[in-house]
Amino acid sequence: MRFRLALLLALCAALSWSPPARAAEPLVADLSNHLVAITTGFAGTDVLLFGAIEDVDGKGGGDVVVVVRGPNRAETLRRKARNTGIWVNSGTGKLDGAPSFYWVAATRPLEEIAPEVILDRHQIGLEHLDLDIRVKDGEMDPAEYRKALIRLKQKQGLFGDKVHQIGMLSQRLFRTDMHFPANVPVGTYMVEVYLLVAGQVVSAQTTPLVVSKIGIGADVFDFAHQQAAAYGLIAIALAALAGWLAAVAFKKG
Amino acid sequence: MQIYLPIAEMSVNVFVILGLGGGVGFMSGLFGVGGGFLMTPLLIFLGVPPAVAVGTEANQIVASSVSGVLAHWRRGNVDIKMGLILTAGGFVGSTLGVYLFRWLRGLGQIDLVISLCYVVFLGIVGGLMLVESLQSLRATRKHANAGTTAPRRKLHQHSWLHRLPFKMRFRRSKLYISAVTPALIGLFVGILAAIMGVGGGFIMVPAMIYLLGMPTAVVVGTSLFQIIFVTANATFLQSTMNHTVDVVLALLLLLGGVIGAQIGARFGAKLKGEQLRSLLALIVLGVCLKLLVDMVSTPGELFVMGAGGKH
Repeated sequence: MRFRLALLLALCAALSWSPPARAAEPLVADLSNHLVAITTGFAGTDVLLFGAIEDVDGKGGGDVVVVVRGPNRAETLRRKARNTGIWVNSGTGKLDGAPSFYWVAATRPLEEIAPEVILDRHQIGLEHLDLDIRVKDGEMDPAEYRKALIRLKQKQGLFGDKVHQIGMLSQRLFRTDMHFPANVPVGTYMVEVYLLVAGQVVSAQTTPLVVSKIGIGADVFDFAHQQAAAYGLIAIALAALAGWLAAVAFKKG
Repeated sequence: MQIYLPIAEMSVNVFVILGLGGGVGFMSGLFGVGGGFLMTPLLIFLGVPPAVAVGTEANQIVASSVSGVLAHWRRGNVDIKMGLILTAGGFVGSTLGVYLFRWLRGLGQIDLVISLCYVVFLGIVGGLMLVESLQSLRATRKHANAGTTAPRRKLHQHSWLHRLPFKMRFRRSKLYISAVTPALIGLFVGILAAIMGVGGGFIMVPAMIYLLGMPTAVVVGTSLFQIIFVTANATFLQSTMNHTVDVVLALLLLLGGVIGAQIGARFGAKLKGEQLRSLLALIVLGVCLKLLVDMVSTPGELFVMGAGGKH
């Protein structure tokens, strides 16, 4: 939360520094869709991010970086170790402040765009994520837990495995496709767009993106959580009915 | 065709799930086991969270057992009295099992306990069944060659089990034994059923044959009969306590499962008891071996995330 607040303050500061006239806004960006609806047929989706930048320094320089963050979630990692021949969960690490989804796109490689300190401040790039790791493990370094979290999240497709390319058009317009896989966690995402010139953030914009279950799937989920007893009984009744129907159908056939 | 599972929170191919349900349902009908011991590991392998696999599988077994039991019912192969006593024990056992499941999940050791249970019980049951069925197959063949019929198997040996109180007559099973034994078996299998996400048939069937001495003909029907109630209880508890029953997944699985079970029951009627048991023994040992190898061999990834869901 502390970092989110710091980020908001930084954003406010960045916005207040920008020139007052609306026409001269150095960075404008929007999404093709502000809602990712997880429907019954959901198998992942793309959202287009597009925008324009002002030629701030008059030299046409300026890089755009896009960071998509899912709501933070506490994660528990367990490490297996061999114990009398079999592999047993031995160490645990609890990680707070890890985004449930993380995806970065940029016009150039991050290390060419900004110095480490800037990337750290805005948590741009997997290496610059500020993760709070508490490890109960006598043998393994917390850094290994951090690496493992990133590796596992990448395997699930929830952390981007590279910095994606942002396409620029005549050094003014930019666009990029953000991909959300089928297992994307629900919640309010933040799509942060940064304009950097000479390694400094000169403008930034944050757009919320809602990932939500819609339709029958959402109703089932809500019902299962709010009316758990009724849900359980219906599940049993449905199963019994289906079994009976099948037996009857096969008797005739 | 992809479909999004609301509780498992993942997208799966409809036809993979239907096929899985059909294949496992076939075995369920053939052997009179719920098929959970195959389905739960397969679901976990597909990426379904283990807790959801266990909860949903309980729900699906309700359907396949109802479907399966009716075929046996018509042939009069259900010992209702025995079934009800097993169910009474099973209710208590599955309730304890769901609580145990939750406690182990909190400790982060549920995966290990599930695997250990599978290896130990599948190993013992599969091994015993294989030896026994091979022996009786050989005996049948010898007698067939000699032109005589196999001698009637002695129904049961008398042991300390028969000195327990509350003796009851079970007409269908042709038994006069203490009600305590089946109640305890029901309790024990109920605990395992809830933890392992199975109906428990693969333990119940041999327990009925070898411990209770029930005739093979009524064993399958009676086992299915009590599995209905035990898995219904597990479904209800997993829904209310852990929210891990995915109705959409269960419906897809049972759609394939109930049809498969009917076909399986028809095939089963044509096969001899010894043949069925040796076939089941081989499958059980195969699953056991696979899980044992997984437990012993060095995993590709030493870390696991969020063992046991997010609630």
